[in-house]
Amino acid sequence: MRITQGCFSFLPDLTDDQIRAQVQYCIDKGWAVNIEYTDDPHPRNTFWEMWDLPMFDVKDAAGVMLELNACRKAHADRTYIRLSGFDSSHGWESVRISFIVNRPKEEPGFRLVRQEGPGRQQIYTTQAYAVDRPEGQRY
Amino acid sequence: MSIVDKSVKAADGQARSRYSAGVMEYRNMGYWQPDYEPKDTDIIACFRVTPQDGVDPIEASAAIAGESSTATWTVVWTDRLTACEKYRAKCYRVDPVPNAPGSYFAFIAYELDLFEPGSIANLSASIIGNVFGFKPLKALRLEDMRFPVAYVKTFQGPATGIVVERERLDKFGRPLLGATVKPKLGLSGRNYGRVVYEALKGGLDFTKDDENINSQPFMHWRERFLYCMEAVNKAQAATGEVKGTYLNITAATMEDMYERAEFAAELGSVIVMIDLVIGYTAIQSMAKWCRKHDMILHLHRAGHSTYTRQKSHGVSFRVIAKWMRLAGVDHIHAGTVVGKLEGDPNATKGYYDICREDYNPQNLEHGLFFDQHWASLNKLMPVASGGIHAGQMHQLLDLLGEDVVFQFGGGTIGHPMGIAAGATANRVALEAMIFARNSGRDILAEGPEILEDAAKTCTPLKQALDTWKDVSFNYASTDTPDFVASVTPAE
Repeated sequence: MRITQGCFSFLPDLTDDQIRAQVQYCIDKGWAVNIEYTDDPHPRNTFWEMWDLPMFDVKDAAGVMLELNACRKAHADRTYIRLSGFDSSHGWESVRISFIVNRPKEEPGFRLVRQEGPGRQQIYTTQAYAVDRPEGQRY
Repeated sequence: MSIVDKSVKAADGQARSRYSAGVMEYRNMGYWQPDYEPKDTDIIACFRVTPQDGVDPIEASAAIAGESSTATWTVVWTDRLTACEKYRAKCYRVDPVPNAPGSYFAFIAYELDLFEPGSIANLSASIIGNVFGFKPLKALRLEDMRFPVAYVKTFQGPATGIVVERERLDKFGRPLLGATVKPKLGLSGRNYGRVVYEALKGGLDFTKDDENINSQPFMHWRERFLYCMEAVNKAQAATGEVKGTYLNITAATMEDMYERAEFAAELGSVIVMIDLVIGYTAIQSMAKWCRKHDMILHLHRAGHSTYTRQKSHGVSFRVIAKWMRLAGVDHIHAGTVVGKLEGDPNATKGYYDICREDYNPQNLEHGLFFDQHWASLNKLMPVASGGIHAGQMHQLLDLLGEDVVFQFGGGTIGHPMGIAAGATANRVALEAMIFARNSGRDILAEGPEILEDAAKTCTPLKQALDTWKDVSFNYASTDTPDFVASVTPAE
């Protein structure tokens, strides 16, 4: 399967040039670009690990790409990596865009566990197959 | 004697005093005050007034001020037991409507103490309670309202708001995608859930009950909720993405609505939906319930066109949008411009600004008569729905922006290769368009080419473009702002 979180998961995987263009868009908007990675892609896993701090002061996409490459070198085969643009302006103060830039080679996906509840109700749990293994050894 | 033809003279020819018994022109009773400067704390309303032939527009407008505040048809001495000068609404300006002989814009200021805090029912009962049937008027329309910050602050506002909705759904940087399940009547719970599953798995964020899906013989509400949540959870596991379906909890009584809402929450739904026809009080109750239960509240504006569509009479949708932001819904259908339902581009931009901005400056071209501060009240997500398809993605994005739900019902379910393919076509078209826009391309000019390129690696999109490429709904709008280069006169 292919996890479809983020803004561009239905497009073919982005090339570095394409990523750079999106990063520059964020920077031009005044947003801080943040790199995060995880090996637990559960849809409710909000807090992916941060690759250093959000880049509040980086004004050139090339700087972000250097950090992204360093992150890839450390984690690429085993994790999802996403980039996000953070807008600190009043009334938003949250993420403005978020997209996946790296995936593990295999994405085994999720199992849906059903527990019989009262009446005809089912109690659902979604679990990534990968999290059966310890963190760091999942993909 | 006609009610508007009231003599200000007593029988003996002497000018009457203000409180002598009998009828008196509204303009002489304090409801017309051309020198009045509205206070920052006043609520202001702008009405489009079409008086009967021979009726003076200023007297007609003063009558509206009177009848929507303290007056009745005759002088009453009991006014003198109150601070009546403060409580009288004051019509302070009457302007002819451009290019519409016989119609006038009347501006009326209302003292804040006339209104119960935090109650749309009270506000609307005052402002539109009985003046719309007033005999001396041919027609009357409430065009716009200005609410002081002090009054805005008495409302909860949207239960969730755009920012928290996006955070909860983990969806940023693009419009959300939805579809209304079709056929809207007749599907069993099991078949209905199939449509939901296919659409969500294919790439939509939301599916939606239609306004009249409640609890009918072919599908009782619990069946629908159970099968829909099976579909939502299955699609969530299949995609790794948060999914939702607007479970319509509209019902005959509040007790029934709470029961349905509670079952939706128990089943883990992220969103419930109500229809505008349940009434303002029920809407505010559900908004409070949703805030308390971490639930997004979708409002379907069922019935609004009966009073919003004709320019001459009724209530403008921009007023309804303001009331609904105060009342506390998270989603509101606000027009598509390009789809099958009424929606002039400029007026629609005005509605979207009301939903999404913290401050609306006066913008007559977009139909906004007043500056409006929203005092950090949550933002409300507009929904574009009705006769739109993937081939219009560039126009939709350009006109309506990013914080909006695009709802492609027929444009998903009517896809030749099935529902999931229809959903994928819409999602690919959307992501390709956002990607192109962010990369600096002129999407309005290059839109069709961007879609064709994306279709090269996405057969469902190619099929969607081929199926609907020439479909558009180009009819003249009946409701347009009056202050534009080319003005549409009232019908």
